[in-house]
Amino acid sequence: MLTIKNLHASIEGTPILRGINLEVKPGEVHAIMGPNGSGKSTLASVLAGREEYEVTQGEVTFKGKDLLELNPEERAREGVFLAFQYPVEIPGVSSTNFLRTAVNQVREYRGQEPLDAVKFLSLMKEKMKLVEIDQKLLSRSLNEGFSGGEKKRNEIFQMAILEPTLSILDETDSGLDIDALKVVANGVNQLKSAEKSTIVVTHYQRLLDYIIPDFVHVLFEGRIVKSGDKNLAMELEEKGYDWIKEEVANTAV
Amino acid sequence: MSAVTKKEISVSSSFMDTYFGHKPTGPFASLRENAAKELAQKGLPSTKDEEYKFTPITKKIESSITNFGHAMPTNVTISDLKTHFIPGVDTYTLVFNNGILDKELSGDLPDGVSARPLSSLSEEELTEKIALAENKETDPYATLNQLAFQDGLFLEIRDKAILDKPILLLHLIKADNHGQTIHPRLIIETGKFVEATFIQLVASLDEQITFLNGLENVKVGEGSHIHHLKIQDEGKQALEVSNMVVDVPKDATFTSFVLSLQGQMIRNNLTLNLLDSNCEGNMFGIYLTNGQTHVDNHTNVDHTKPHSESNELYKGILTDKSRGVFNGKIFVRQDAQKTNAFQQNNNILLSEDAIINTKPQLEIWADDVKCSHGCTTGQLDEEALFYLRTRGISKENAKALLLYAFAGEVLEKINHETFREYCVQLVQQRLGGQNG
Repeated sequence: MLTIKNLHASIEGTPILRGINLEVKPGEVHAIMGPNGSGKSTLASVLAGREEYEVTQGEVTFKGKDLLELNPEERAREGVFLAFQYPVEIPGVSSTNFLRTAVNQVREYRGQEPLDAVKFLSLMKEKMKLVEIDQKLLSRSLNEGFSGGEKKRNEIFQMAILEPTLSILDETDSGLDIDALKVVANGVNQLKSAEKSTIVVTHYQRLLDYIIPDFVHVLFEGRIVKSGDKNLAMELEEKGYDWIKEEVANTAV
Repeated sequence: MSAVTKKEISVSSSFMDTYFGHKPTGPFASLRENAAKELAQKGLPSTKDEEYKFTPITKKIESSITNFGHAMPTNVTISDLKTHFIPGVDTYTLVFNNGILDKELSGDLPDGVSARPLSSLSEEELTEKIALAENKETDPYATLNQLAFQDGLFLEIRDKAILDKPILLLHLIKADNHGQTIHPRLIIETGKFVEATFIQLVASLDEQITFLNGLENVKVGEGSHIHHLKIQDEGKQALEVSNMVVDVPKDATFTSFVLSLQGQMIRNNLTLNLLDSNCEGNMFGIYLTNGQTHVDNHTNVDHTKPHSESNELYKGILTDKSRGVFNGKIFVRQDAQKTNAFQQNNNILLSEDAIINTKPQLEIWADDVKCSHGCTTGQLDEEALFYLRTRGISKENAKALLLYAFAGEVLEKINHETFREYCVQLVQQRLGGQNG
């Protein structure tokens, strides 16, 4: 589904990603872990098409298409979804109006009929249960005045509505208490299917107790330096990231 | 009378001939004469005048108006008119044909509302109602109106009249061989406990250059609630100065809303005199400018007695080579303790060449007041734009959503539902994109 080959990216001339290789197949859950500043969020942003980053080398194909050729909205319509680490507050834009615009633009791209108000509402109601989001929140401006947990929940809610094939969760666990974390993870798990893949970007192992990854990759200094299964995450939780850093330093020598 | 040129304004000979070439006659002769004297003394403002620093409208008028004569009422039929009505908004309609009330085109007014030409007022009434306030700094263009207006309208609303529909003031503008200028004059007086909404529209009937110089005086009655809603969507060559002076007494509120969309250069002067306690003045505006359009809003609210309130919110979205000016004056006199005065002006510039000059100006002599003001100028929020795009919304639609949200805060202030919907449509059309 997603193939990343030797991906290099920089921001304002500073290289952040220095040769990422990753293969994600349908149905798989990949966790990207790593210390602060290792490039985790940059990878998520580059995949979603954030324009501040310049891809200097490498290629990314998604369902056979050159992902890097597509602008952010085209990627979304192709089925890439980024759950933001810091969802943006947009005063004056109602959540409902925004989501309906989004859904119908995605549907139009996929050659589907637009949803009328009634059908859209029933879709919303169905998905709201999934992430236990309050309807009151959705009648407000998008993310405006939402708590951290509400914002993250709203991200997963949007994901549920847009039905992406590749979901990238960028530090979705950060700032969540355990109850909110469970709700969010539960939502993600319910959306899982044999066709859908997930990339979970996280600093901590905690989230991976609830979203069980098939693969765990450790990102350090812009490269994947170690891959394994969920046990690698446990090991990182126990020992921290220093031993990885040392390992990398030793191999370099 | 060559004193006008003293202020380094080289007004054309047509200007001098029209306004100073002969001694005024007719019902307004003495008023005109006084105005002429005053204008000769102060001249028309250049950009050296602080009040007109960013708006060289005098220069524009001088360089582009060749005939300062008053355009005469033009031939318009009801069917021509229909395109200028607001769809879905049911109104009592007064049509002004180049500034003069056109009785045939106008509809009936409701009970409790009367409209009389100013020329039908007695000399005494005239002086009382339309003499320019003394000891107050009158805008030179208001003085010019006083000197040059043909006739005007005196609109009176009786005590306790609650109007079920707004009164539409539709101005049709078209230059002819008599001249390119129109100086409409309107006086509105309401009794006590009146509730009324006015909608003012200006329609340029062709793309010829015109200079519209309106002067409107509104005297709100005690306990009355008056809304004044205005759309400026004029010809690309249209020049306009609009002066509106409103007196707001005890327990009364006055709300002004203006949506400016097109014109060559538009200057709005809005003055609210809050004359007593427990009165409220609201000033709301949106300017969405493109091309070379220049829109200048100068507002002035004067709190004179304790416990009055003013709210002001103007927002601008400017693109191409358009220009906006905002100047908001708030005076709080020494007596006006417990005043609440809020002012906000926010702007988004969408192009490198668009310009905004914004200036809040607060003068506060009372010591127990709540006043706040703020102005911001920025570009579109790139992070918000990216966020919306990652949800599949096209860049164009995402921009429109964000800009509409920005302007929407002001649109929400419009009290009249169908008129608000009409403004929403106009704004959405201008901003492009498709929602929902």
